[in-house]
Amino acid sequence: MTTIVDIQRIRIRLPALTLRVLLYIVVLVGAVVFAIPFVWMVRTAIMPPWQIYLFPPQWIPERIELHNFAEPFKAWPFGRWYMNSALLVVLNATGTVLSGSLAGFTLARLRFPGRDFFFLVILATMMLPGQVRLIPTYLLFTRLHWVNTFMPLFVPAWFGPAFDIFLLRQFFMTIHRELDDAARIDGCGYFGLYWRIALPLSLPALGVVAIFNFTFNWNDFMGPLIYLGDVRKYTVALGLRLLQGQLYTDLQAVMSAAVLSLLPVLIVFFLAQRHFVQGIVITGVKG
Amino acid sequence: MSGVRVEPLTFVQRVAGRERVLKPWLREALVGYLFLMPWIIGFLFFIAGPMLCSLGVSLFSTDFMTKTEFVGLYWYKGLLFVDSLARKALLNTAYYSFFMVPLSSILALSLAVLLNQGIKLQGLWRTIYYLPSVVSGVAISLLWLWLYQPEIGLINALLLKVGIMGPRWIYSERWAMPSLIIMAVWGSGSAMLIYLAGLRGIPTALYEAAELDGAGPFSRFWNITIPMLTPTILFNVVMNTIGSFQVFTQAYIMTGGGPNNATLTMVLYIYRKGFQGSQFGYASALAWALFVVILGFSLVAIRSARYWVFYAGE
Repeated sequence: MTTIVDIQRIRIRLPALTLRVLLYIVVLVGAVVFAIPFVWMVRTAIMPPWQIYLFPPQWIPERIELHNFAEPFKAWPFGRWYMNSALLVVLNATGTVLSGSLAGFTLARLRFPGRDFFFLVILATMMLPGQVRLIPTYLLFTRLHWVNTFMPLFVPAWFGPAFDIFLLRQFFMTIHRELDDAARIDGCGYFGLYWRIALPLSLPALGVVAIFNFTFNWNDFMGPLIYLGDVRKYTVALGLRLLQGQLYTDLQAVMSAAVLSLLPVLIVFFLAQRHFVQGIVITGVKG
Repeated sequence: MSGVRVEPLTFVQRVAGRERVLKPWLREALVGYLFLMPWIIGFLFFIAGPMLCSLGVSLFSTDFMTKTEFVGLYWYKGLLFVDSLARKALLNTAYYSFFMVPLSSILALSLAVLLNQGIKLQGLWRTIYYLPSVVSGVAISLLWLWLYQPEIGLINALLLKVGIMGPRWIYSERWAMPSLIIMAVWGSGSAMLIYLAGLRGIPTALYEAAELDGAGPFSRFWNITIPMLTPTILFNVVMNTIGSFQVFTQAYIMTGGGPNNATLTMVLYIYRKGFQGSQFGYASALAWALFVVILGFSLVAIRSARYWVFYAGE
């Protein structure tokens, strides 16, 4: 009896095992392909120049030249750009978290005529391409003398961006109402419900909004391109464009600058990876 | 603008002062509108207002400095029938979208299914696949410029190793757009995460029942996994398509729309006409044309949902 069972087991297991090995090979090869561009970028940034252009391509630097990372700060106001980007990112994230959570809370928790209509409008604006309003918005900001300032790049975030309202509304829907009722009985007003109950309970979701906002604004190119003229007001993303002319003459410096510009996003990503995943789950699946 | 904000505030404060005479539902409603006020103001000033305004501007020939002249539907006729560059930009954008969205969806779904097979180190794999989608923009465009470099860039060097003479990528009229598509597919990781979450949401009881009924792995995938994922697929495809119609940074940085306008996308064309050419009327008309295309596509996708999207709750 036992021998027969064993043979059957082996028969079943063999193809399963090969499948398993195959699975790991596919996943590994895919991961290598996905990772290679990053590896290539870093190796170009730290490799001695003569080695960069060798054929076949060299992967191991002869010696590591970290001084390249100082180049962008010497040749361009890179530190200044960094500060500008950081300032914009903080202003955007703060505004988005506050205004998005207030509107999201309202749509999830309060009852009033037209609420579902407002929600539908917000959903619809999520799908609007920003370019349709680009030119009139530009004219508006010109009239306000906001061009070549940071105002156009962060003020709209303080008025409830649709995507973030949607995300936070979805999250607030999952919080139980019993707490609300208890707080009401204790004399808590609507603003208290938002500020003292909903916000503290949704710190993870607020983190998600802040992080998404951070990566989006750090990478944003078109906004700064349109509104910022003065080189000293540039963001990192916009400043990188100036380096493009040197791409093939000074690859090391350009790739070092690219690595430096990605660094904050990568650090935040690794610190808050779980939040990224969670945010995507909230928006993508419950939507 | 501050005047607009203060007014409702004082109004509600006044109302709130007479709290006792207000019915609770009315109070809740007033607070609701008050809390929505930032969004309403933003919607009027940054979304609805500019949209209507751009519709108006698209009927004029104007640079907002020297001349402003009413031209009616002139720009729309122009972009539909006369301006071959506008047509080219639209076709290029459609080409990009038509290949990028299916390719990245299939890749994202396949990766999600692979990573969902109880694989070891799932977190590590997930991170590697997801990372490229976090870092978009200029730095990545510069990186891919270097990767695509025809003589000494990595991609052609690797191709040469296996005996293939690589194309000239972004410098070739034929390969420039595929180059941008490949680069975009590299960033499919966020869609993969959404599919992974969707896969986890499928009740295992369904698979167990199917297995008892004798369904093989392929049949289970086709008859359970795919139908249960259709809402997620719809969401992904719609959002991805909307995003892909707005492709700009890569084309601006890497090719500038060339060679021979092979990568001139709609948004790049709008940018050129509006911000480089000061033809604000025409740029607005182009933006509206793009909007109509996107809207049309989204409506078709959402309307078609009832034929192929399976909602477990119904």
